[in-house]
Amino acid sequence: MIARRLIFIAPFAAFTALVTYFAAGLQRDPSLIPTVLIDQQIPEFDMPAIEGYEVGFSSADLGGEVSLVNIFGSWCIACRIEHPLLMELAEEDAIPIMAIDWKDPPGAGAAWLRKFGDPYTRIGDDFAGRVAIDFGVTGAPETFVVDKNGRIRYKQIGPITPQIWREDLEPIIRELRNESAQGDPADSDIAGDNIGSGAGG
Amino acid sequence: MIPELGQFVLILALAAALLQALLPMAGAARGDRVLTASARSIAIAQFILVALAFAALTWAHANSDFSVRNVVENSHTAKPFVYKLSGVWGNHEGSMLLWALILAGYGGVLATFAARDETLQARALSIQGAVAAAFLAFIIFTSNPFARVFPAPPDGLDLNPLLQDPGLAIHPPFLYLGYVGFSITFAYAIAGLIAGKIDRDWAAAVRPWALAAWVFLTIGIGLGSWWAYYELGWGGFWAWDPVENASFMPWLAGTAFIHSVRVLEKRDALKVWTVLLAISAFSLSLIGTFLVRSGIITSVHSFAVDPTRGIFILVILAAVIGGSLLLFALRAPLLNTNARFDPVSREGSIIANNILLSVACVTVFVGTFYPLFVEIMNGNRLSVGAPYFNATFLPLMAVLLLIIAPAAMLSWKRGDIGEAMRRLWPVGIVALLVFGAALFVTWPKYVAAGLGAGLAFWAGGGAVLDLINRSRVRADGFAGAVKNIAALPRPYLGMNTAHLGLAIVAIGVLGAGIWRSEQVLFMNPGEAISIGGYEVTLKTVNQAEGPNYVLERAHFDVSRNGKYLRSLPAERRFYPVRGMQTTEAGIWTSLKGDLYLVIGERNEQRGAVVRAWYNPFAVWLWIGAGVMAFGGVIAALPRRALKESMQTVQAIPEAAE
Repeated sequence: MIARRLIFIAPFAAFTALVTYFAAGLQRDPSLIPTVLIDQQIPEFDMPAIEGYEVGFSSADLGGEVSLVNIFGSWCIACRIEHPLLMELAEEDAIPIMAIDWKDPPGAGAAWLRKFGDPYTRIGDDFAGRVAIDFGVTGAPETFVVDKNGRIRYKQIGPITPQIWREDLEPIIRELRNESAQGDPADSDIAGDNIGSGAGG
Repeated sequence: MIPELGQFVLILALAAALLQALLPMAGAARGDRVLTASARSIAIAQFILVALAFAALTWAHANSDFSVRNVVENSHTAKPFVYKLSGVWGNHEGSMLLWALILAGYGGVLATFAARDETLQARALSIQGAVAAAFLAFIIFTSNPFARVFPAPPDGLDLNPLLQDPGLAIHPPFLYLGYVGFSITFAYAIAGLIAGKIDRDWAAAVRPWALAAWVFLTIGIGLGSWWAYYELGWGGFWAWDPVENASFMPWLAGTAFIHSVRVLEKRDALKVWTVLLAISAFSLSLIGTFLVRSGIITSVHSFAVDPTRGIFILVILAAVIGGSLLLFALRAPLLNTNARFDPVSREGSIIANNILLSVACVTVFVGTFYPLFVEIMNGNRLSVGAPYFNATFLPLMAVLLLIIAPAAMLSWKRGDIGEAMRRLWPVGIVALLVFGAALFVTWPKYVAAGLGAGLAFWAGGGAVLDLINRSRVRADGFAGAVKNIAALPRPYLGMNTAHLGLAIVAIGVLGAGIWRSEQVLFMNPGEAISIGGYEVTLKTVNQAEGPNYVLERAHFDVSRNGKYLRSLPAERRFYPVRGMQTTEAGIWTSLKGDLYLVIGERNEQRGAVVRAWYNPFAVWLWIGAGVMAFGGVIAALPRRALKESMQTVQAIPEAAE
């Protein structure tokens, strides 16, 4: 009789196990997967200049001082929302802002910047989207905070609003500026072979 | 103003759902007839309130009211009006509201019937109300479709262009009608367990609802795969994508249920099992929703990646499914049956069917969740993919096709397998010939597919032969045969129709899934390829502008043996507002097979990437799905009680003479 009872309890027991398993699964946010790049060295890249510009943007331009890497595209409506804020930051000389012009047809990025203003220190042309993949970009706009050692320390998905700037980015940047240029020796050997591998998978 | 009204009636609907959950249950427990009877009017009121809320959201979308966030995020003034309307459910909040509307709708329709067992109906409506309350609370607290934005932006952010399509406009409502339809069988299962009353009357009350849900789900899955086939531009019809699996699992459980409930209705047997299937079908529907809504498993379909919502849904799941399985553990052992039957009988064959379908459902479940399981264990992301499903699921379906024809011919209680086989031998010979021919044509690449073709003819031919035998066309002539067919018990006629549909689907799966041929290459205008016996020449590639996209259109000329047949355009669209691309494949459909052309990226030196497929028998998939659904409709039609009880019991011996 007990065996018979157990059979009837089995579905409930199986379901309880399943819920536990779902609960564990929900601790993971699929949109956060690219954060495996957090605290990692930036990927190696060397992008050409966009049409009408002289200099491109390569990984050698990062490091030495805390800077932002902003993903934008002329086709991206949400980029227009954060653009005035970036302009303001550039005028105040708040922080160097580098840019990846993502999947833009030739000339479109430059035209867009002529129309809305150019806040960027350097701009790389990523028409094919290769570099964006290495950065684990999920959409535009996205902004990475890169520290003095050229490591990605924070990622902002979606437009930077004045509130996000005040409450999230500015404090992080202030903190990173106080870090020494060598950084933590314990961290520094994280960077290496597995750069970019998380974004591709 | 109208969005606020929508918000207001939605809150009222939640209150009504809570009343619907509590009052009738209390009435049933205390034997208070007034409280019990309140179930029906409250259920109708709840339906009207949710319908008003849905109408308010539809109004906001139709009028492009950009002060409503849901409209801003999912609409655009440049969008065609039809897609403004379908945009109501083309997003998370709206689709949840549609779900709630359909749930309330089923309850409302159930409430209009004066049931033989009022208490059972009231309890079922109460369970429905409880589920509705959970979902309405989910909408109001985590996914408010009426949230405002201030200041209102001048224009919206567009609907995902992939979703801007007639197939998408109609397939989710059908899927939801299917998913949510199982809430009635579920509610009846719980009500029956509480009352300790799972019997033939219970089965008779539930069966039409289960069939309705099954028919809608069949249509919904068929439309969904059709949409994926022509819109996603990868030449396939089924990818074992988690979201597809999410709709397929309740379908498998529901299919098992509509078979076993028939045993319960005729023979008062398989009570425990049938109740468990009723709970499973709706639970899998909920898990299906959960999969999509929480983004726990990401895929092209997941448009609501938000863990907080996931946790809310998890709580709903735990309460609804866990609670019902606990009730099952406590009450199901009390269900008794005295029915006895031979293993070789209709009952026995339905048990075999149930085992196969349940195992198939479990394999799909494991394949869907295994990647998540691994990820939780060690953080690796992996994909199970089609090879796993082909290796596990297809053999089960092969066995199903093998037994379906003789199984359907067995009589209740004690069947005669030898007799069934004696009647099936012509079909057997045809099936062997088909098998041989398929082997001959495709040897040695597709032995398994040849076997599949033979099995499909065996299963489908068996269903057709059985109908021919029963029409007594030789004795009664054609007119008499039609009359005889129409006089068959509806469930029996529906069963054979649906089995025939399954065989047709199987042909489509074999053709478009296995025999397909594919070519990918760079092409410049003037160049030609040959595929599926056709010569396809790329004539021109030019650019143009659509209402909210720019497009690149390629024109192909199709000919056979040098004879020009037709021109076939294929497009690639770019939606600047979302920065997204879609493909509009050029598809030439015929019963023999589909020619399927897709134009891809262009390279200055080498030309445009062209993908070409020839998918034999692809359209049979959707014809077969339609035939299956039609079989379900026939089976669900109100039975002619007297005729049926006379005929079904004696049907087999009679036809055997």
